[in-house]
Amino acid sequence: MGRVEGKVAFITGAARGQGRSHAIRLAQEGADIIAVDLLEAIPGAPYAAATQEDLDETVRQVEALDRRIVASKADVRDYEGLKKALDDGVAELGRLDIVSANAGISTQMAPTDELTEDMWQNMIDTNLTGVWHTAKAAIPHLKAGGRGGAIILTSSEAGIKGYANIAHYVSAKHGVVGLMRTLAIELAPDMIRVNSIHPTQVDTDMIMNEATYRLFAPNLENPTREDFAPASQATNTLPIPWVEAVDISNAVLFLASDEARYVTGVPLPVDAGCFLK
Amino acid sequence: MGRVEGKVAFVTGAARGQGRSHALRLAQEGADIIAIDLTGQIDSVPYAMSQPSDLEETVRQIEALDRRIVATKADVRDFDQVKAAVDDGVAQLGRLDIVSANAGIFSFGSLADLEEQVFRDMIDVNLTGVWHAAKAAIPHIRAGGRGGSIVLTSSTAGLEGMENIGHYVAAKHGVVGLMRTLAIELAPDMIRVNSVHPTSVNTDMIQNSATYALFAPDLPEAERTKETLGARFGALNKLPIPWVEPVDISNAVLWLASDEARYVTGVTLPVDAGEQL
Repeated sequence: MGRVEGKVAFITGAARGQGRSHAIRLAQEGADIIAVDLLEAIPGAPYAAATQEDLDETVRQVEALDRRIVASKADVRDYEGLKKALDDGVAELGRLDIVSANAGISTQMAPTDELTEDMWQNMIDTNLTGVWHTAKAAIPHLKAGGRGGAIILTSSEAGIKGYANIAHYVSAKHGVVGLMRTLAIELAPDMIRVNSIHPTQVDTDMIMNEATYRLFAPNLENPTREDFAPASQATNTLPIPWVEAVDISNAVLFLASDEARYVTGVPLPVDAGCFLK
Repeated sequence: MGRVEGKVAFVTGAARGQGRSHALRLAQEGADIIAIDLTGQIDSVPYAMSQPSDLEETVRQIEALDRRIVATKADVRDFDQVKAAVDDGVAQLGRLDIVSANAGIFSFGSLADLEEQVFRDMIDVNLTGVWHAAKAAIPHIRAGGRGGSIVLTSSTAGLEGMENIGHYVAAKHGVVGLMRTLAIELAPDMIRVNSVHPTSVNTDMIQNSATYALFAPDLPEAERTKETLGARFGALNKLPIPWVEPVDISNAVLWLASDEARYVTGVTLPVDAGEQL
């Protein structure tokens, strides 16, 4: 018996990286999946966007586990489009129990007084407003089930600490904590739990790019993954440079499962002790 | 394959309540157990503490799961007793991977009125006892060279002040400081250290007439039933429940002890039905 057997999970940003990993981990433990992803570039993002092929691969891997998946292209910035994708998924899979608000971006970086309106707005729209949209679209379905539920918001170490040159990201990810705490209060009477996860650097395309390498190794002309590793490790207490997507998925799984039936309102770091530094 | 298969866990306060539950949950997932308990009374504690027969029952239940257990009467206030019990357990079971520093007591009084001995007993058991458990275990975990996981049982009172239990609050806050420092000191050895923060747990430590009097001083003693007290305890929580069960804390201990949390360290994890909100 899987740890989320028979449940249905809605995951944003599910084409690749952490989102795909969450979909697979929850499916391994018995859940069916409703997956959405933008599949388009965000202006100024310093890495390539996920593609339809990426989302197709998520579908293939979930189906290989003999679980069902409804995958569609949707933009978390667009509430109506996101709602339709979720409503269609629930209509097909019959229920909703778990939400992983995972979709997020990294953009070009700059000191706060040099951030442009576009850099700021793109970030807030996706990493904060997109998370609200995800919860808002899901709440009616969770409430309608009458069985409680679990909403897991992906914040960041940057949701509990400040970092120079990414004020837009830090602000959005701190905002997610406020959203989490308020949702946890509002939804407690329905036994719907809401928690956030705070990863240190995760080995995915969002950080494995030159913009992030430069943030961590600003003194090098052309920093590489190899240059990034020791600088990244220096932020952690455990002697590792970064965590893997599955480490975040295992935290999502714990919070989503009935093992955490009374855990709500918690910001949970999966950060190799980064917060201790 | 259990989630802590083949590992050995040291659990303090294992005769009953949360400690027994932790031992059982870890054994269900494949761990062998080193158990200690005072199995005796401390004069300043206003409820009946565990008996030798309680520890015998823990042994019976672990052995019924086909796991091994080495159980010893030992007082966490006495480092030499703790060390002897752990050393003996490791000698018999061959290794040490997991520590649950769970042993704790509860008593009451305003800080202005607390008697010297009541304060000292609290700090000796709930803070110094936790240090002793970690100190006795660290050489064995290090010797294994495989990393490890130490889980300290704090409380929601480790994260906020609460009137009439200032000594308990001070001890449980101290546990957080101990956890954060241990997490830094032991990270190079991949030994992770985290704390769990339960709201009220349905055990003998709260289900007794002395604790009922603390929570319902306005009610005549005859009306202080589990039902009326449930409403008082429940008022602390956001989820509509009076208290959590020992297994809910055990499931958090299990997750933190398992390799699923391999990069989680330095974290304060509430299992508190939203009490912190």
